[in-house]
Amino acid sequence: MKLFILTSLNGLTLAALYFLVASGFTLVFGLMRNVNLAHGSLYLLGGYIGYEAAQVSGNWFAGVAAGTLAMAVAGVLLQVLVFRWMEGQELRQTLVTIGISIVAADLMLAVWSGNTYQFNPPAWLIGTTQLPIVLAHKSDGTAVLLPYPTYRLFLLAAGVVIGVGLWLFINKTRIGMMIRAGVDDRGMLDASGINVHVVFAIVFAIGAGLAGFAGVVGGTALSIAPGEDVRYLLASLVVVIVGGLGSVTGAALGALIIGLAEQFGLAYFPTYGIVLTFVIMVAALAFRPQGLMGRARA
Amino acid sequence: MTVRFEGIEGTGNREQGTVGSAPLFPVPSSLFPIAAIGHVVAAVLLLAFPFVATDFFTFQIGAYALIMGTIALSLVLLAGYGGMVTLAQMSVAGLAGYMIAIFGTSAGGTALGWPWFLAIPAAVIVGTLFNVITGLLAIRTEGIFTIVITLAIATAFYYFAQQNYDIFNGHSGFSAVAPAHVLWVDWRAPKPFYFLSLAVAALSYAGVLYLVRTPFGLAMQAIRDNSRRMEAIGFNVPAHRVAAYAVAGLIASVAGVLLVWFDGGISPGSISVDRAIKILIIAVVGGMRHPAGPFLGAILFVLLQNFAIDFVNPERFNTYIGLAFLLVVLVSPDGLLGLLSKLGKGSP
Repeated sequence: MKLFILTSLNGLTLAALYFLVASGFTLVFGLMRNVNLAHGSLYLLGGYIGYEAAQVSGNWFAGVAAGTLAMAVAGVLLQVLVFRWMEGQELRQTLVTIGISIVAADLMLAVWSGNTYQFNPPAWLIGTTQLPIVLAHKSDGTAVLLPYPTYRLFLLAAGVVIGVGLWLFINKTRIGMMIRAGVDDRGMLDASGINVHVVFAIVFAIGAGLAGFAGVVGGTALSIAPGEDVRYLLASLVVVIVGGLGSVTGAALGALIIGLAEQFGLAYFPTYGIVLTFVIMVAALAFRPQGLMGRARA
Repeated sequence: MTVRFEGIEGTGNREQGTVGSAPLFPVPSSLFPIAAIGHVVAAVLLLAFPFVATDFFTFQIGAYALIMGTIALSLVLLAGYGGMVTLAQMSVAGLAGYMIAIFGTSAGGTALGWPWFLAIPAAVIVGTLFNVITGLLAIRTEGIFTIVITLAIATAFYYFAQQNYDIFNGHSGFSAVAPAHVLWVDWRAPKPFYFLSLAVAALSYAGVLYLVRTPFGLAMQAIRDNSRRMEAIGFNVPAHRVAAYAVAGLIASVAGVLLVWFDGGISPGSISVDRAIKILIIAVVGGMRHPAGPFLGAILFVLLQNFAIDFVNPERFNTYIGLAFLLVVLVSPDGLLGLLSKLGKGSP
């Protein structure tokens, strides 16, 4: 029972992290039809920059802010300097992102070497919290509660807050309205007098910023090392294939399914954990090729 | 900039205008005599190469470029002629390589020790089936989604091979994989191995060149240009696509068998995302509009890999490869072949 609860919690916190990474990926795709295969690089670079900033300033939150903002700026630069000039050429954009991810991975290896970096969140996030889940009763009648790492609970909360924030932003604000309109019909949005390039740049900034944010908070929970870029790119890909490419709600649902599946696989049949993830992806493709929340394209 | 990927799906509005004028044959008829002469010259050069070159050049450069070119060729068949850009071709080759190590003789994990005439066909069949399954999944969606799905498959296979010790022997993989001595020839000696690779490459090349001119190949290209129209005419679009995956799987599997012999073993590193993307780089840099492209790209890639050390910091090899790839994608979307044919058209 304890294993089951712990695995569920681990799955939920991993899902929160996957959601943070995949929501940026799916947002960028939804509006710009840009499959950004450099998304994992943004995650890793955000993590490294956050680490450096936290080391210099001695403040973990400064690290989070630095990682997020740096990647948001990087996203705007990518959109304005590169992708804007090849709009509508999906394959070419994707090839460019592949090239960028190769160069970025190699340069990050040059700067930060192959070492694994770990850094600590503020003191109040370290340690464990007693969850109101009773495991057993002592002989004197006091309940033994389940301890769980505080930081992982923070990660879960961050995922939920950002998910809700993103939903409100997209569904309740003017810019969100423009984004939704752009997903449906880019040409019409352009024709109604809205500068789509500004909207594109904003969306890319949010998407890349989310990747950077995930890089710092995820890097704190786990670690930052070369190869993590590919890991989180794969996670984003599978999450959006299952949840539906272009849908933020789909990313949340997909992240939940994949996060839980991965942790349960790890706990109950270790070497075949990845197979479970894969089976879910295959099942999604077989029965709902557009993803759980994706819209079928005409 | 108005350059774009002609003939590859998902690059914008090709419904209008371009379909009618798109060449059905990869080589424009006016260039055909040049192509014929080119084939003869290339054949003579390739056959004479090992007798002039050192063993290092024959094996490390020649044979390796031919093998990588053949794997990239299987991608060109799917991407250039079918409009399906897949990143799983290296996984197909890798799986066939793993199967050779498992069915045949190898050190490290559990090997079944079958004789070569059983192990090779079995490995090729497994690899081909794997690509058919990949194809069945990938064709559920269209265009750019193919890259997403196949990249997910390739990455998942890499992590699976790394974690799984029962079949794939985890991190360390298999070593001491070598071709059997058949007909008293050591097929891993430089010259025999080169000719073996050349035979496979030439057969695959000729096969693809022939295939794209058959009714099936022409239907493939028509599906690439407008799948909905082909469906309306009554073609079974999914069946054509899966068949293309099967052929590409066959080519990649045979090349994968050669690759595992070349490397002398196989481990998850052999099927990493890095290597899968290098196959795409080879195909894109060489050019995806003709089966000669991947071989051109492979020669350039292998030469760079071996000799860039002399000019630049070898540790930053990936940066230069990545930048070169970006340059080609940005400047000449048709790759080196595109550049060459532009030059060819420019001169009288």
